[in-house]
Formats: sequence, C-alpha cells, structure tokens
Amino acid sequence: MEFDLSLLLNGIVSGLLLGGLYAAAASGLAVSFGMLDIVNIAHPALMVTGAFTVVVLGTWLGLDPLVVAVLQAPLFYVFGIGIYNAYHHFFEKRGDEALQGLAFFFGVMFIIEVGLVMAFGPEQRFLDPSYAYTTWRIGDIDLPLRMLVPGLFAMACIGGLFLYLHRSFTGLAIAAVAQDAEALRLMAIDPVRIKRLAFGISIALASMAGGALVVVQPVEPSSGQVFIGRVFAICIMGGMASLPGCIMAALLFGVVENVTATFFGPSWSPAVAFGWLLLVLAFRPQGLFGKAA
Amino acid sequence: MQNISRRDFGRLALASAVAGAGVSAGVFPALAQSANPIRIGFSMSLSGGLAGNGRAALAAQQIWASDVNAKGGLLGRPVQLVFYDDQTSGGQVPAIYTKLLDVDKVDLVTSPYATAMIAPAMPVVMQRQMCFVTILGAGVNTTFKYDRHFNMNVVGDNMKETFAKGFLDIAGTLEPKPRSIAILAVDNDFAQRAAESARFLARQRGMRVVYDRSYPPSTVDFTPTMRAVQAARPDLIYIASYPPDSNGILRAASELRISAQMFGGGMVGPQLAAFQAQLGPILNNLVNWDIFSVEPTMNFPGVAEFLTKYREVAAKEQTDVLGNYIPPYAYAQMQVVEQAVKRVGKIDQAALAADMHSQVFDTIIGPVTFSSTGEWAHERNLLVQFQGITDGDLERYKRPGAKVILYPPNLKSGTPRAPYGTPA
Repeated sequence: MEFDLSLLLNGIVSGLLLGGLYAAAASGLAVSFGMLDIVNIAHPALMVTGAFTVVVLGTWLGLDPLVVAVLQAPLFYVFGIGIYNAYHHFFEKRGDEALQGLAFFFGVMFIIEVGLVMAFGPEQRFLDPSYAYTTWRIGDIDLPLRMLVPGLFAMACIGGLFLYLHRSFTGLAIAAVAQDAEALRLMAIDPVRIKRLAFGISIALASMAGGALVVVQPVEPSSGQVFIGRVFAICIMGGMASLPGCIMAALLFGVVENVTATFFGPSWSPAVAFGWLLLVLAFRPQGLFGKAA
Repeated sequence: MQNISRRDFGRLALASAVAGAGVSAGVFPALAQSANPIRIGFSMSLSGGLAGNGRAALAAQQIWASDVNAKGGLLGRPVQLVFYDDQTSGGQVPAIYTKLLDVDKVDLVTSPYATAMIAPAMPVVMQRQMCFVTILGAGVNTTFKYDRHFNMNVVGDNMKETFAKGFLDIAGTLEPKPRSIAILAVDNDFAQRAAESARFLARQRGMRVVYDRSYPPSTVDFTPTMRAVQAARPDLIYIASYPPDSNGILRAASELRISAQMFGGGMVGPQLAAFQAQLGPILNNLVNWDIFSVEPTMNFPGVAEFLTKYREVAAKEQTDVLGNYIPPYAYAQMQVVEQAVKRVGKIDQAALAADMHSQVFDTIIGPVTFSSTGEWAHERNLLVQFQGITDGDLERYKRPGAKVILYPPNLKSGTPRAPYGTPA
C-alpha cells in the first residue's frame, strides 16, 4: 500500500475511536486486576452480559443503549459484590486465589456464555441508536458516530471513576488497598469491604462497556472472547492500577492496530499491537504509567 | 402437523443426550411400543461461535425426525436422534463420535455443521467404517478420500474453479466491463478457499487484483481495512467473511460510502435473519453467495411446508427466525439418510454408501446426486442480490423478490442491479 496522508490520518483517528471502546472494556479490569490483583478473566463475558441486558431493556423501554447502560450499572454493581463474596469466601480467604481463583473466573466465564445462549439464543442481538448510521466528515477525516459516541462515553465514565478514586475517602481507600491491605486494617478500615466495593465498581464498569459495545457492533454470547487478550494487554501496558495509563494504552493499541491494518493488512494488526506491548514492557516493565517497585 | 413445544424440544434434547427411550415415548406416543429405535448420532454446535447455525440445523433435523416418526418411522422402527453439544470446539468432536459409536452404539452418524467441526470427526468415523452424511463442509474429503463420506453442500468437487464463477460471470454482464478486483478474506479454511477461487478466476479473465489480504477472526474494527480497499479503487470487491465480521465490513463500507460495480462474494452472515433485520437497506445490491432463496425457481416440493414448520419452532427456540439458510439443507441431509435406508432395507454401512453413490435423492432442496468423492456431482453455488430493501422488516424475506437469484442460469429469478453503494 502506497503512503497516503489521508489514509494515515484516518487510520490514526479510527484507531483512537477504537481505543475508546478498548478503554471502556479495560477500565473495569484496571480496577479488579490492576488494583485488587483479581484475575477476572470473565470481565469481557460480563461486559457482553451487560450488552445483552442493554439490548433487552433498551428495546423494552425504548431508550438509548448508553442511557440504559448507566441505569443498569447499580444492578451490576450488586452482581459484582455477589461474585466477589463467593470468590472471597471460597478462595481468597483460604489463600487459594492465585490458581483456583483463576479457575473460578474461567468457570464464571463459561457459565455466563452458556447462560446467555440458554436465555437469549445464539443469534446476534442489536439495538441501534438513531445516530448509529451517521458519519461526520471533517475534511478527509471520517468520524462515524457509531464509534465516536461510545468512545466519548467511555472517557466520561473513566473520568468520573478517576475523580471518585482521587477525591473521595472510599476511592482513596480503594487505591490504598491495592498497595497495602494490612495498612488499611490499621486505619480501622475493613480491606475486604473495600475490595468488595471496588469489585462491584469494576463490574458496573463492565456493564457500561457493554452499552458501548452494543452501539459499535451487534453482540452474541461469545463476543467477549476477542477482547480477553486485548483488555489484559492494555491493563498491563497501562501500568495495572493506572486509569490514565489504561486510557493511553487503549488508544495506543487501537492506533497501532488500525494504522497497521491500513498499510500492511489486517493480518499484521494483532502481531504488531502485541509487539508494542512487549516493547513497552522491555523498556518500562511497570507499564506506561505504572510506578517502579 | 405435530407442533413441537419448547418443553418438547427440551425433552428431545434430554432424550437424545441421555439416550433415554422412556422420554422419547413421551414425545412420540404412537411409537412408544417399539423398543428398538434407529438411533442417529451426531455432535452439533449448540453453544459457541457456530451455535446460531448449529441450533437452526438441529431444529430442522428434529422436524425431520418428527415427520418420519409421524409416518411410522424408518423400516418400521422409530427414529431417535442422539446428539451432544460440541461447543464449537473441534477438540470435543472426536470424543463425542467415539462415545456415540462405542458407548451409545448408534446405528448411523451424521455430521455437525461445517468444515471445522466435520474434519475432526472424520478419523473416528472412518475407523468404524461408518457412512457419513455431512452438512456444509468445504473440501473435507480432499484430504481423507473416504468413500463413505457424502457432503450436503452446493459447492461441489472443484471449489477453486467454480465457487466464485457466478460472481465473475455476473460481473462480466455489466457495462463497462470490470477490470480490477479487491479480495478480502478471513483466516479460515472456507474463506481462504473462496478467496483462492476468486483470485484464480479473476486472473484467468485478465482482471487486475488490486488488493488481496486476509484478516484474523479477532478483528474488531474493519474501518481501516475497508478504507484500504477503497483506496485501491477496485471495480469489484470480493469478500469472504464470517459472522460477525460480515456485519462490521458492511457497516464500515456504508460509513465510508464505498461504491463498486459489484460488492459481495462469499460472505457468511447476510443469509441470516439477524443480519437482515439490522442492516436493512445497507444490503441493497449486495451480490453474495447463498444456498437457498424463496424465489419461485427454488420452490421445490416440500420446502414451503418445511419452512412453515421450522418458523413455528424457530420463534420459540430463539434461533434464526427465517430458516432460509441452513435449515432446508439440514432437513435434506436427513432425507438422504432416510431414502438410502429405505432403499437398502437394513442398516448396512457398505450398502448405504453404494446406494448414495449411485442414486438420485429427491429432497426439499431439489434432486441431489453425489460424485465419487461424495461432494455434489453438480455444483449449485447461488449468487443472490438483495433488491428493494427499505428497512429491517423480515416479512419481505418470506416472499420472492428480496433476495433475487442471479446465478446459476437455470435458477435465475432476476437481473443484476449495479453499482453497490447507491440507494435502492
């Protein structure tokens, strides 16, 4: 493919928009995996669950998918607390969280996928908002609202979470539990309660990411599988517990994928994107925004 | 007609899964006296990526079993389907077929849906020398060369020289004559064979291949890829894709206002009701490979009645609500087994294979004959064009005119409209 400035600019812009979706998918994991050290491999499956409930509720209520995603977030928060309680009771409390905890979340992922097939069937489900087929054009640059609106929604959600984590007492406690749970206990704060709350928030974010996903593409029960590798890679590249790092890594991932697809073909996209991950880790093992131990 | 309720469907599944004759009696009371059913075993993708087509196929096969049993069964014995969910994992398939043959001791085996699931079953089936009627495989027997393998697929023996022929033949009728083509295919066996056919035939006709790339199945955003296709300025765009990629590709093409004399090729997805409901007018003028359309030229005896039954079941079972893709072929797959068993008069694998090699099968998708390799003796790749689509209303797909057949000539029901990318 010959070099063309318009192609390059569009590749970068579409990559940034794709990165917005990746950021939405990875932000919840930055809380559970990055801050709480819980390898929640079921996170993308929970995102897809959120997408399905968005489709059902949005169709029923006649509301925009992103509005439904916000409205349903408290339910997913409660659901997340339930999952954490089971995880804590059966694994974390016994010190079995490393391998058996991972197996637990694998199990949760499979149960969710099969449960979605049983409940909704294997067919694709969709809920297109009115703007889904509109594309803004600025010069040679295309901005499909199907990608732009979920990207902005993701940034707003992550921004809100960032403020909460840095401005509220509980938010600071969540950041603290990631560093030293025992020190938190000395401050008369129950670290398990804080982790439960934080995990609930991560699942609420998964449900909001599900809303963003519905706007971008139709969903089917196995839709989460293509995101598993990407969201963990973004989390690690961003520096685990860093939300700005998560956003930067997600945007970088999207841009690298799309520019590569434009000029060298889509087959190279994952290889080059994950190659960037290796490169970042080679020079900054703590990730883009992580703090060195 | 026997209605199958959701509960009955579940009973059937349970009956088959546990091979429990007692539950079958509840579903087929007229046959409850028989203690010796003919048991047909198979794996099917009821969860995972191929579940959409797998569950639709299963619904059709269960309608067939119900129809046969309502007429007194096969060789005077009731038919019982024994199936397991392979979870769209090829790794599960050999163990399932081993269990079907060694533990469940089924009388006959048929295949799961499509190449990736059929191929892992072949060694097990061949070792037991079972006759194996498969559905929508693509060139599986090219490697195995098993003389008891029969594939219900329109593709035929020579996919390379025939699969994209219809697309390029139609392109050849357009003015001005297309001179360049872009090819984009997903990294899987079927799509790569389709792309190989397009590449081979385009070069044979002196066309320039201006874009020729593959993409991994994990691709999320097709905007940059389709922009690169657009930048190559092809007259024809040939895509070989799987759902849900097909959706992303068509939406990206729409957002980028891509126009070409012809756009389509071997996309899997636009045949399904969910796609048709969501994409609506984006499908207009798409020229795509297909296997069935409710056009008058394909109104074979029995197919309309089958589709009526299927649509009643599909709505309840939340599978493809139209059934215009896999289901008629899944029903016909079982008709092949039925007719061979009736002619042979006993369960004799060698005799069944000999019958399938030599006889014509009258099915709801028309007469079928098999070649020496077990593929259809005469390929029947359909090229259909979506025409006059104004919205996502699925009712129009139950009537002729929405998915017009352009190829092959003997089934043609309309004329091509060009270019792709203009409003209907």
